[in-house]
Amino acid sequence: MFRPRVIPVLLLKELGLVKSVGFRAHRYIGDPINAVRIFNDLKADELVFLDIEASRQGRLISLDFVRTVGEEARMPFAVGGGIRAISDIGAVINAGAEKVVINTYAGQCPGFIREASDAFGETTIVVCIDVKKSFFKGRTTWVLGGTKSTGFTPVDFARLMEVNGAGELIIQSIDHDGRMGGYNIDLISSVSSAVNIPVVALGGAGSIEDLRAGYRRGGANGLAAGSLFVYQGKRRGVLINYPDKKDLVFE
Amino acid sequence: MPPKVAIVDYGTGNLNSVKRSLDILGVSSVVTANPGDISAAERIILPGVGHFGKAMENLRRLDLIETLNRVVLGERKPILGICLGMELMTEKSEEGNAAGLGWFPAEIVKFRISETRGFKIPHMGWNRIKVKKESALMRNIPETAEFYFVHSYHLKVRDEADVLNETEYGASFPSAIERDNIFGVQYHPEKSHDAGLRLLENFVGI
Repeated sequence: MFRPRVIPVLLLKELGLVKSVGFRAHRYIGDPINAVRIFNDLKADELVFLDIEASRQGRLISLDFVRTVGEEARMPFAVGGGIRAISDIGAVINAGAEKVVINTYAGQCPGFIREASDAFGETTIVVCIDVKKSFFKGRTTWVLGGTKSTGFTPVDFARLMEVNGAGELIIQSIDHDGRMGGYNIDLISSVSSAVNIPVVALGGAGSIEDLRAGYRRGGANGLAAGSLFVYQGKRRGVLINYPDKKDLVFE
Repeated sequence: MPPKVAIVDYGTGNLNSVKRSLDILGVSSVVTANPGDISAAERIILPGVGHFGKAMENLRRLDLIETLNRVVLGERKPILGICLGMELMTEKSEEGNAAGLGWFPAEIVKFRISETRGFKIPHMGWNRIKVKKESALMRNIPETAEFYFVHSYHLKVRDEADVLNETEYGASFPSAIERDNIFGVQYHPEKSHDAGLRLLENFVGI
């Protein structure tokens, strides 16, 4: 019996855990390794770590950090941040990650995904597609932490990534990031129905009901969130949390 | 005393998470490509994530095929293949059209979207297993236990008696095989929380 994965996405800034709203207003949450230990105890399905400054600073996510996560995590995890070479992927995988997440370089050099998929197998390569709506361009995909548009529509870019051998897509709505009012279901379902590879929804989930909607109405295979798993209550007190398996009924 | 378990390092990722799981269980292990270490260990784990054809090339280049055949088929030491490691134990794969170690009369074929009734490929995520035969590897693992899968290719066996587990993903496919001292699982016990640790503990205790 297959069920969608529920995935905490943890953002890193200077190796601290942070959470944003609309890709801005980063608030410090705590120590990421401590969070990994808590997610071990809570039996999280999978984790994603994204170093949100790496691409803009022209460097790779810290391999020492990835190694430390690898020593602690008892579930699969994916890592993104400044990956732009085959050797970067090898280094991140050897440090203990199951998968790499590529955003900026996938937009700048789509052919790199083909090369990466051929070298490591498609199951290793996840492309994160950040989507933002603008008045003049409509809904397009963005890179460099949401600062530069690629000009592609989400569906066109998703298909391009699939053709290039990506094993999975994370579809993130920048506009919904940190709002906790629900996913952009229309965006998620337009992409998930356009490709045959798994799609992970990200951006906006604020409740288990939102996760269910991402699966039932969005057609996502993975349901990812940031705020939902690091905040508690209306006042957003910091509390690392994860739903109990018995509450995660999707059918 | 040499480490109890040799984790074969043939140039694919994900070896440390296997080692780390054995550490948690208090079982000594070594990540190695050295035939001497492999011969000296009581148990062997063939892990792996990556490309079938390239993995076989690596085993050949590292001169490990003869050692593995001798230890597994000759000395009959228990060996556990995980994911790609399991796939290598079969005769061949569609991935790279390469020949495998040939320990099971089976082959590895690509999932086809027509067969999985619209389920996305790769199969990525948590899924249950159905135990098809009595096995020490499955001891104390409840029917409701979930394991982590990540694969685009799957087993096709010629001898149903080899099938240890089956899993549903649109269609049913063999998700673990066992014959004598040779065990192979498609899923990742080293990434499957408590049920995965139990399976590794069972393997070490066989």
